[in-house]
Amino acid sequence: MKKLIKSTLLVSLSMAAGFAFAQSATDDIAKYREMIADGNPSELYEAAGEDIWAKPMGPKNVSLQKCDLGKGPGVVKGASAELPRYFKDTNKVQDLESRIITCMEKLQGYDAKEIISAGFEKGKRKDVEAVVAYVVTHSKGMKIKVPNKHPKEKEMYAMGEKAFFFQGGPMDFSCASCHGEEGKRIRLQDLPNITDQKGAALGWGYWPAYRVSSGQFWTMQQRLNDCYRQQRFPFPIYGSDVTMALSMYMAKNANGGTVETPGLKR
Amino acid sequence: MKMTHLKQLLAISGFIFAAGLVQTPALAQQKNDPKFNKMMQDSFRAQGIAGLDRIDQDATQKFCSDPQFANSKQGEAMREKIQKMNMDTIQQPSDGKYIGDWKNGEKIAQSGRGATWSDKADTVIGGGCYNCHQIDPKEISYGTIGPSLSGYGKMRGYSPEVITYTWNRINNAKAYNACSNMPRIAHFKLLNEKQIQDVMALLLDPESPVNK
Repeated sequence: MKKLIKSTLLVSLSMAAGFAFAQSATDDIAKYREMIADGNPSELYEAAGEDIWAKPMGPKNVSLQKCDLGKGPGVVKGASAELPRYFKDTNKVQDLESRIITCMEKLQGYDAKEIISAGFEKGKRKDVEAVVAYVVTHSKGMKIKVPNKHPKEKEMYAMGEKAFFFQGGPMDFSCASCHGEEGKRIRLQDLPNITDQKGAALGWGYWPAYRVSSGQFWTMQQRLNDCYRQQRFPFPIYGSDVTMALSMYMAKNANGGTVETPGLKR
Repeated sequence: MKMTHLKQLLAISGFIFAAGLVQTPALAQQKNDPKFNKMMQDSFRAQGIAGLDRIDQDATQKFCSDPQFANSKQGEAMREKIQKMNMDTIQQPSDGKYIGDWKNGEKIAQSGRGATWSDKADTVIGGGCYNCHQIDPKEISYGTIGPSLSGYGKMRGYSPEVITYTWNRINNAKAYNACSNMPRIAHFKLLNEKQIQDVMALLLDPESPVNK
């Protein structure tokens, strides 16, 4: 009997130790974030993006200052808090990146296909990413307020919900395998439940972000791309409809939450 | 006084229950959706070892992609069919050996590598067990998507029934729970027979730290 009590104590003690350690690992990350919150390296991308936005470039030698991100030509403030949304001129639901490419194509004369087929952080794509950093900084602190009135926006949301639960690949994974339940972790990494408003805001509201582990600024497209890589799926094409649909699903679920971009991530 | 409270409570809970019944949304019923299928087909491209065949769903994946239907009363018959189908894929060990080397099993459980488009065809695929399960209590970096497996053998014993059940569950978890989050390890050849024997040992060798 004594032995049993002893071993029970030992087990609960070691469990407590394990728990404390797990807690402190998460705490340390939070502390680190706090430490560098005033100096998020995204600022370098943001500054570059601000220059690119204002500088005449491309075959037509014009700037992006007339680019309509949804709130009228040239309006940057608050734009990313309301994206993705439906755009009449393209008759499509577009996220921030896809919309910047539309502007680079229509206003500046760049070849959209070239930007789409370039890799992340390569060629003209680098400029798109810098402009993303610039634009999202100007919605920081605002409420996420993605429209869902236009039939195409509603359709995209429904498709996104379906894509979120779509299982495939050699591990049967869907987005929901990791992001469909409350309070789950992979290793020590907390997983937001994206089917829920609070969880969706934790995910959507903090991307794009500077990623400390890779030392890179990642757009939402790149975040989604790496999710699919880890899901063991084939490669989602940059700006493809499945990425718009999933973004619409996440963003609309997150409505009412706060834009915290550019975020700072592990 | 107390009685009225109880009555009110009963009335309220009865109302909530009824409202719950009324509000149950129409089930999607696994309907074919050509527009959605086209979106999926147009949105991906093959990269490295990750071909487009990976979004060609089999019956299990298709069924589980509609959790509302899969978890409903109407989905019950199909759920059982899917489980039986997966049970039928399971093979018992060719050499009759269920328990391998727990030390090697621990290494397999630790690795979450392999099978992504950035891996090579010959990248050794890990079990990825710690991503979702607590196993050796000394490892504090574990996930919580699956249940804790610490003390697995010690708690359940080492009977042939436990051993066969565990073998089956690792080989193809969908034989028991149609839409379990756990990958079908043997069905998709994520681990070979010897590797599964080693992971078995991690859970069911009395000498494994899991059972200490």
